[in-house]
Amino acid sequence: MTGDNTHNLPLADLHSAAGARFGAFAGWNMPLTYPAGVMKEHLHTREHVGLFDISHMKLFVVSGPGAADLLNRACPLDSKALELRQSKYTFFLTEAAGIIDDLIITRLGDERFMVVANAGNAATDEAHLRDLAKGFDATVEPLDRVFIAIQGPEAAEVLAKAGIVTDGLFFMQGLEPRANWFMSRSGYTGEDGFEIGLPEADARELLGKLLGDERVMWIGLAARDSLRLEAGLCLHGNDITPETDPAGAGLMWAIPKDLRTEGTFIGRAALAKILADGAVEKRVGLKPEGRQPVRSGTQLFDADGNPAGRVTSGGFGPSAGFPVAMGYVPASLSKAGTRVFADVRGTRVPVDVHSLPFTQHRYRKG
Amino acid sequence: MTKTYYTEDHEWLRVEGDIATVGITDYAQEQLGDLVFVELPEAGRKLAKGDVAVVVESVKAASDVYAPLDGEITDANAALSSDPALVNSAATGEGWLWKMKIANAGQLEGLMDEAGYKAHIG
Repeated sequence: MTGDNTHNLPLADLHSAAGARFGAFAGWNMPLTYPAGVMKEHLHTREHVGLFDISHMKLFVVSGPGAADLLNRACPLDSKALELRQSKYTFFLTEAAGIIDDLIITRLGDERFMVVANAGNAATDEAHLRDLAKGFDATVEPLDRVFIAIQGPEAAEVLAKAGIVTDGLFFMQGLEPRANWFMSRSGYTGEDGFEIGLPEADARELLGKLLGDERVMWIGLAARDSLRLEAGLCLHGNDITPETDPAGAGLMWAIPKDLRTEGTFIGRAALAKILADGAVEKRVGLKPEGRQPVRSGTQLFDADGNPAGRVTSGGFGPSAGFPVAMGYVPASLSKAGTRVFADVRGTRVPVDVHSLPFTQHRYRKG
Repeated sequence: MTKTYYTEDHEWLRVEGDIATVGITDYAQEQLGDLVFVELPEAGRKLAKGDVAVVVESVKAASDVYAPLDGEITDANAALSSDPALVNSAATGEGWLWKMKIANAGQLEGLMDEAGYKAHIG
């Protein structure tokens, strides 16, 4: 159902022509599946190349003499230490160290950075960044782009055939290969892959080439979700929220150690306290016993029936071949192999804490 | 003699005597996508029309399948435990969900025939 406030993707006509089934997500009318179905789409991405329209996500250019200082205030990030082309996974945090959004920031120049934000948080992020920017000599410019992801083991070859050179670009690097284009070697599937933001006319031309390659298949949001879940990647709004923090979420790897004491970022004091006290709950992988998926929102219990956290994402892992989930459990129960129980419609389903990811990442690192 | 009925909730019922075999339609399985689990009912369970009889789970979501009539479950399709995708590949055949003894045959009159169902899904 397309409500009045639901945006249509600029390439909606291409998805309709490809037989997409649409659904609302984060204010956008998104392709959920194509006729191949979620299972085939998922497996195709792991074997060949999946093509995703992620134009619901938002690109911002942050630039100016104060751009790095602004980002160091907004994020637990040492943006001055980023090398040209280097991308970093980071966050906007509240004063209480809650996660407003998770982002990827790439250095494009001395005073120029690209910020990629989630669809559902784009408006909040922009307001937050603009508000903070008042104190810095920096500008925040939202871009109007089509944004596509090309993911899978054959992604680089497929792009090369379409005339896009990716040589020399490694995982978590990004650049502007031509005017108004942004390309990074990154993604949300656990596979090697690229994300390209570009003007609509350029996108239509590029997609014409990509879709003519038999290794390429359109992939909907349903498989995007199962791919990222198997890869152990967080969905903001589910697995991380303003009520969760990077320590409990197991995302401290994204925050340089010295920033925890010396950083200028919002939320530093609260995060330092959480780290000193120890996180109460931790985000973990969860593997339900048997075949029945355990979904987001399901309550968890320990062997004695005491509350023991909750599932924040759950479904079936087509590559794993079993149900996969993630969620939060008390720190004392967060070790891999610990058994907890999920209440699924009144049935007690055994669930084991499982290491993440469920399927190994296959990034192309330098 | 058997007769097939359809519900607005995209179920089919094949009625032989006082036993109805129930499944979901091809249209419904297409909407749900690839099924990965079917929570089957136990024989002997009494159902009132509208009760949740079965839960079918796709990669993405769980969906309820409702009892189209009052009655008692006599059998569930055990083959779906190991191969839930049978509902996708053969929704109106091998992918049946359960059989039930019809308690109130009068309720069949409120259901659609094939032509009515085709018109319903447009």
